[in-house]
Amino acid sequence: MSHAEISSPALQEQFDDAAQQKDAVTLGMWLFLATEILFFGGMFMGFSVYRQRYTAAFAETAHHLLMWYGAVNTAILLCSSFTVVLAVHFAHIGRNKAVISSIIATMILGAAFLCLKGREYYIEYTEHLIPNTQFVYGTEQKERMGIEVTQEEKDHPQTAAFAPQARIFMSFYFMMTGVHATHMIVGEGIFLWLLITCLRGKITPEYFTPVEICGLYWHFVDIVWIFVFPVLYLLHY
Amino acid sequence: MLHHFSLFPQEASTIAPQVDALYALLVGITVFFSALIFILIAVFAIKFRRRSELDRPADVHAPIALEVAWIAIPLMICMVLFFWGAHLYFVIERPPENAIDIHVIGKQWMWKIQQPNGRREINTLHVPTDIPVRLTLASQDVIHDFFIPAFRVKQDVIPGRYTTLWFQATDVGEYHLFCSQYCGNQHSGMVGTVIVQTPEEYQAWLAGVTPNESPVVNGARLYGSLGCGTCHGVQAPTLAGLYMTKVDLAGGGTVTADEDYLRESILDSGAKIVKGYPAIMPSFRGQITEEQLFDLIGYIKSLQNPANQINISPDRPLTPAINHAAPMEQDNFPVQHQEAPAKGW
Amino acid sequence: MTTLDHIPDILVEDDRNTYLNISHKLKSWLLTKDHKRIAILYLIAITLFFFVGGFFAAMIRLTLLTPRGDLVQAETYNKLFTMHGVIMVFFFLIPSIPATLGNFLVPLMIGARDLAFPRINLLSWYLFMIGAAFTFSAIICGGLDTGWTFYTPYSSLYSTSNVALAVTGIFINGFSSILTGLNFIVTIHKMRAPGMTWMRLPLFIWSTYATSIIFVLGTPVIAITLALVAVERVFHLGIFDPRYGGDPVLMQHLFWFYSHPAVYIMILPAFGVISELVTCFSRKPIFGYSMVAFSSLAIASIGFLVWGHHMFVTTQSAYAGMVFSFLSFLVAIPSAIKVFNWTATLYKGSISYEAPMLYVFGFIGLFTIGGLTGLFLATLGTDVHIHDTYFVIAHFHYIMVGGAIMGYLGGIHYWWPKMTGRMYCNWLAQVSALLIFIGFNLTFFPQFILGYMGMPRRYHAYPDEPLWQVLNVMSTCGASILAIGYLLPLTYLLWSLKYGDLAGPNPWKATGLEWQTLSPPATHNFAKPPIVTQDPYRYDIGEPQARVDLSIPVH
Repeated sequence: MSHAEISSPALQEQFDDAAQQKDAVTLGMWLFLATEILFFGGMFMGFSVYRQRYTAAFAETAHHLLMWYGAVNTAILLCSSFTVVLAVHFAHIGRNKAVISSIIATMILGAAFLCLKGREYYIEYTEHLIPNTQFVYGTEQKERMGIEVTQEEKDHPQTAAFAPQARIFMSFYFMMTGVHATHMIVGEGIFLWLLITCLRGKITPEYFTPVEICGLYWHFVDIVWIFVFPVLYLLHY
Repeated sequence: MLHHFSLFPQEASTIAPQVDALYALLVGITVFFSALIFILIAVFAIKFRRRSELDRPADVHAPIALEVAWIAIPLMICMVLFFWGAHLYFVIERPPENAIDIHVIGKQWMWKIQQPNGRREINTLHVPTDIPVRLTLASQDVIHDFFIPAFRVKQDVIPGRYTTLWFQATDVGEYHLFCSQYCGNQHSGMVGTVIVQTPEEYQAWLAGVTPNESPVVNGARLYGSLGCGTCHGVQAPTLAGLYMTKVDLAGGGTVTADEDYLRESILDSGAKIVKGYPAIMPSFRGQITEEQLFDLIGYIKSLQNPANQINISPDRPLTPAINHAAPMEQDNFPVQHQEAPAKGW
Repeated sequence: MTTLDHIPDILVEDDRNTYLNISHKLKSWLLTKDHKRIAILYLIAITLFFFVGGFFAAMIRLTLLTPRGDLVQAETYNKLFTMHGVIMVFFFLIPSIPATLGNFLVPLMIGARDLAFPRINLLSWYLFMIGAAFTFSAIICGGLDTGWTFYTPYSSLYSTSNVALAVTGIFINGFSSILTGLNFIVTIHKMRAPGMTWMRLPLFIWSTYATSIIFVLGTPVIAITLALVAVERVFHLGIFDPRYGGDPVLMQHLFWFYSHPAVYIMILPAFGVISELVTCFSRKPIFGYSMVAFSSLAIASIGFLVWGHHMFVTTQSAYAGMVFSFLSFLVAIPSAIKVFNWTATLYKGSISYEAPMLYVFGFIGLFTIGGLTGLFLATLGTDVHIHDTYFVIAHFHYIMVGGAIMGYLGGIHYWWPKMTGRMYCNWLAQVSALLIFIGFNLTFFPQFILGYMGMPRRYHAYPDEPLWQVLNVMSTCGASILAIGYLLPLTYLLWSLKYGDLAGPNPWKATGLEWQTLSPPATHNFAKPPIVTQDPYRYDIGEPQARVDLSIPVH
C-alpha cells in the first residue's frame, strides 16, 4: 500500500502518524470520561433530590457510615494518584523499571482500598444496614445487634421515624460506592494489562500513550471518590 | 363550530371549549404549513424536473431575509402557542376555592371513589353540573392516570403522594373515564363512567344511601384509636388550625401544611421534622389504608375551628370494614400481587 | 443503466479485491476490523430485529381490529406492545442509521482509511449482539410487559415478567452506542483528509457528529437508570419505591433525560441522509449549508433540556412545565429551518425521480406533519388532553417511522450501489416507496383522530364507540400495505446482490468523497489519500472531478 509508511511499530494502520494516533487516543479517553461523569451524575442527581427532600433523615443516617474507613481510603486513593503521576513521569524520561514499580505500587494501593471497602461493607452487613429484607434501623437495629436499648430510647424512638429514608440513603450509598468499587476493580485489570505491556518493554519515551491513558482513567476514578466521600460520609447536618 | 363535528369528542366541561379552541388553531397551523410544504415540493418536483442529463443548475444563494423570515415566523407562532397553552394550563392546574372535594383511589384495576358525604362508589363518578369539582387522587399500587376525554382533563395518580384534578361539568350525561397510564394486565379494563347530573339530582343521589359515617367522623375515630391525641397538643405540635399554614422545619426552611404534607407526616414522620420538636412520632406506613388516610386528613382539616373537635375515646374499636389490609400494605412483595382482577369484575 | 455509459470498463470489473470478496471465511467477518464489514454485520442484525419488531406491530394491529381485542389476551397484548417498543427503539431505530450507514460512510466521506478505533468498533457490535441476546432471551422466556418506558413502581415491584434480564440487555446495548458515538467523534475530529475543513464536511457527517454527542452524554444516564431499576427489582433497594418514601417520578426524569434526546438520535442521522440525497437528485448545492449544519448541533443541545415535556400531567410544578414547554418550542425551530432549506434546495434544481428521491419526498412530507403535530404536545393546554393517547402514538410514529425509517431506507437505496457494487430494480424501489408512503398515512393518520377522541394508548380493548372501530380498521389496513412496502425492498435488494447490474463508482454522479472510490470500495477505501479542495455539493460546477486516482488499488 502506497500510503502505509509505518513509522513506528505501535502505529496502527488507520492513522497517518504517531501524533495523530496519540491525539485520537487521548480525545477518545476524555470522551469516555465524559460518559462516565454522566453515568455517576445520574446517581448524584438522585441523591441530591432526596438529600434536599429528607434533609434531617439523611444527615442522621450519615452518622452510621464509618467515616474513618472512608477517610483512610481517601488518603490511599490520593497516594495512588501520586504513584500514577510518577509512572507517567518515569515513562516520559524512559526509566522503565521505575515505571513498573510505580504501577505495582498503584495496584497495591488500589487493592488496599478495595480490602478496606470490603471490610466496611461487612461491618454494615452485621449492622443490618444493607437495604434488602434484612434492613432494620433505629432501636430495632440495636436490639438485633444485641445492644441494650434504654427505656428512654424505647419511649422516644428518635431515629425509628427515619427508617424509610435511611433505607434510601443506604441504597444510594451501596449503589454509588458499589459502582465506584466496580470501576476500581476494572482499573486494577487495566493496570495489570499495563504492567504486562511494560514488562514486555513496549513502553518507550517515544511511545508511552498507554501509561497516560490508563493514568487518566485511574485519576478519574479517584476524583469520583473525592466527590463520593464528602457527599455520603461528611454531610452530617 | 367544532363540537358539532363528530370527529371530536363531546365538550362537557368549562375547560373543553377552551382546549378545543387552541386545538383548532393548532390544526389550522398544521394544515397550512403541511399544505405549503406539500404544494411547494409538488410544484418544484414537476417544474424543475430533470430535462437533460447535462442540466447544471446554478447555485441559488440564500437571501438573508428569507432565512431570517423562516426563523422568525415559526418562532413567533410558537410563542403565541406557548403563551396561550401555558395560560390554559394554569387554568387546568388551579382548582377554584369553592370546589367540592371528592376522593379517588386508583388500584390495579379499579377506581374507588368517595363523595364528600362519605358515599362510596366504584368505577363510576357522580358529579353535578355547574359546580367545580376537585378530585384528590391517590394510588394504592402503581402509577395510574385519571382521564375524562369529554372534560379534556387528565392527571397522573402517583403512589406515595396526592395529586389533584378539577373540572366543572356543563352537560348532563354519561362520559368515559379511562386510566391512561399503563398499569399492568387489565389496564384497558380500568375504565368507568362519569355520570353528570343536575345539582338537584346529584343532591338527591348523594342522600339516596346514607353512608355509615362521614369521613370526618371516621377520621376522628381513627385519630383516637391510633393514639394521635396522646402526643399532639402535648409534646408534639397541635393539629388544630394546622391545615394550609406555614410550618418551620428543623432542617431550615418552611413548608405549607397541605394534604400532601399531612399525608407524608403520617406515613413518613421522619421526612420533615417540625422545628423545636423531637422526632418521636412513629411511622404509620403499612398500618393505615389509603381510605383511612383520606378520613384522617379530612378530620385534621376539619379542626380549623376548635369547636369542631370530636372527642372519641381511644379504646373504641375500628369498624371491621376499614380494617382489611390492602395488598400494598402486605410486606412480602411483589409476586403475589398479580391477583385476579379485583372483586366485582 | 444509462449512468454507466461513461465509466471505463476497468472500473466495473468484478475480479478486483474489494472489502467484500477479500475473504469469504466466516471468521474473516466475525473478527473484521473493517468499518465497512462491521456496517454490514449491523445491517444484517438490525434487519432481522426490524422484522421481529414489525411482526409484533402486526399482531398489535390485528388485535385492535375488534373493540374487545379478541385475537389475544390482555396479558399477551401488553407483552406485544412492550416487545415491539423495546426492539424497535433500542435494537432498530437507535442503531439504524449510525451503526450501518454511519459506520460505512463516516471514514469514506471524510477520506479516512477506517474509524479511529477499529477494534472498539468491532467490540461495539459484539456488545450490541450480547445485549440483544439478553433482551431477546427475556422475550423468549415469557416476555416483558412493562412498556418500553419501564416506569416504576410497575417495573420494579409489580411486573411478573423478565424485567431484570431485558434491562440488562439494554444496559449492555447502551455501551455499544456509547462506544460507537465515541469512535465517530474522535474520527471526525482527528481523521479528516487534508483540506476537509469543518465547513466542507458533508451534512451527513454533521448530523452523525451531533448524534454521537447524544450517544456519549445521554446513554450513560439511561444505563445507570435502568441499572437502578434492575437492582431495585432484585434487591428491593427503595430508591424508586414509594413504600420507603422513594419517588417513582424520579425514574421518569432520569429515563427521559436520555430517552427524549434518543428521539434525536433516531431523527438527526435521517436529516443527514436527506441532505445528501436532496442535493444529489436536484443537482444543486444545499440551500444554506451552515444553517443546516448548525441546526443539527442546536437540536442536539436543546434536545437535552426538554425531557420534562413527557411529564406535564405527572406532578411537576406548573412553572417547570412552562420552562419545558418553552424549550420544546425552541427545539422545533431548527427542525423547521431544515425542512425549509430542503424544500428551497429543490427550487430551480434538476430533479430526478430515482427511488432514493421518492423517499426524500416522503420523508419531508411525513416529517413536516410529525413535527407540526409535535406542537400540539409541546403546548401545555392541549397536551393535558392528548397525553398518553393515540395522538402521541401517531405523532411519534410520524417522526420515527415516517421520518427515521424513510430516511434510513432512502439512505440504503442511495448507498446500496456503493456498499454492494450492484444496482437494484429501480421501478420496484419506486413502487415500494409509494406503498410505504400510502400505507404509512393510512395506518397512522386515523390515530391522530382516535387520540383526540380520547382513545388511550396501550389499550387492549376499547369502548365500542361509533367511529372508533372504523378508524382502527383503517389503521390495520394501512399496516398491511406498509408491511408489503417493507418486504419488497428486502426481496429486490437481496435479488440485486446476485443479479443486479454493476453500479460503477458513481451511479448517481454525486460529489461526495465516497463516490470517488470504487464500488464496492477496497478494504482501505482509497487508492491514495484524497485531498479536498472545495466545498461539498458543488453540483453547479459540473461532473465530480477525478481528483482522486481511480486506478485499481494494489494489494
